[in-house]
Amino acid sequence: MGGMDGFGRVIREENEPVFHADWERRLYPLAILALRKLGVVLDEFRHAIERIPPARYLDSPYYERWLAALETILLERGAVTREEFRATFGDEGAGAVAKPAEGPPPSPRARTKAPRARFKPGDRVRARNLNPPGHTRLPRYARGKAGLVVRDWGVFVFPDTNAHQAGKHPQHCYAVEFDARELWGKPARARERVRIDLWEDYLEAAPTSPLKKRGNR
Amino acid sequence: MSGNHDAAESGPAARVKALEQLLTKKGLVDSETIDKLADTYERKVGPRNGARIVARAWTDAAYKKRLLANATAAAAEMGFSGPEGGHLVAVENTDRVHNLIVCTLCSCYPWTVLGLPPVWYKSFAYRSRAVSDPRGVMRDFGLTLPDNVEVRVWDSSAEIRYIVLPKRPPQSEAMSESELADLVTRDAMVGVAEVAPPSKTVSRRARA
Repeated sequence: MGGMDGFGRVIREENEPVFHADWERRLYPLAILALRKLGVVLDEFRHAIERIPPARYLDSPYYERWLAALETILLERGAVTREEFRATFGDEGAGAVAKPAEGPPPSPRARTKAPRARFKPGDRVRARNLNPPGHTRLPRYARGKAGLVVRDWGVFVFPDTNAHQAGKHPQHCYAVEFDARELWGKPARARERVRIDLWEDYLEAAPTSPLKKRGNR
Repeated sequence: MSGNHDAAESGPAARVKALEQLLTKKGLVDSETIDKLADTYERKVGPRNGARIVARAWTDAAYKKRLLANATAAAAEMGFSGPEGGHLVAVENTDRVHNLIVCTLCSCYPWTVLGLPPVWYKSFAYRSRAVSDPRGVMRDFGLTLPDNVEVRVWDSSAEIRYIVLPKRPPQSEAMSESELADLVTRDAMVGVAEVAPPSKTVSRRARA
């Protein structure tokens, strides 16, 4: 959602309860337990949330998106059949209208368990302009943008494959700092920076400094 | 009100109830564990945990150093750990840098130290604007930062979870660690607010 326009101001609720309704209170642990039992990893569940039809996604509060994603996973993993959904709800559940899971991305680089880091803090990098059909954690607003590696967080499972049960492809994940002007192009945004945690496969070397290239600072 | 109630009963509330029954029958879940987990989220984890970490960092220089070097270990030292706290990082606000935490992709949040995220953190308005207009978002919360302060937004796009170590407020020198913890708000540990000085907190409470 980063950088999307038109959602208005942020509204804060005073003395907000942890859950706003009893069904939210039951759904949250219900989903966590069911996913655990089915061996569904968080990446796969996140992807199920992302596959909710866009109009419905934007029209659903947070826990209704959880419910839809849970229904999708239950159907896809065969834990609940279409017939059982129909008998229970009178419809086939959110899984019947979810976008099918496509992916993983073609040929991710092979990894060993302890892969060497390709980048180090201080390196100039560019987020690749990737638009995979399946799950990814590369935010759209960063694609194609140049930044600076500020931290190497170590080795993490690659969500783009892990969400599709297509291997863990462990690789280094870095905090990459982007100047707000690189991201949004507005001259007034000096002294604003966004740090995004990006897996190595999302990055390529960018030998020219994005700041120097822009000149006269 | 009754309209809302009816809608809830026929909507997600009814679906969740039916789903729980179905999954219980299938042996995937049991109501006792659901109750226990729900209780944990409601009572055991919450911003109070993070506030205690912050207050200790303000009063114990060695702890602060450990916190900034390895927040996962520093939180575990206080008894706060869990899957979502597996890779916790504390980022420090100073007179020159102000940190703000967001998850633009979903709603990742350091729940072992702050509990479950509030609705505003999960809202489209926050997720979309925190990266493109962080100063504007902070103004929505009543916080206006001087122009010379660098705003550093952390988009929690991977498995790292962030907590902001806010600036210790003025006029709090004489306060004890537990008194200080009472001053620290969830909003300050996400970065949409600063910790108010004690007198202001008292008057705000009195008004509420």
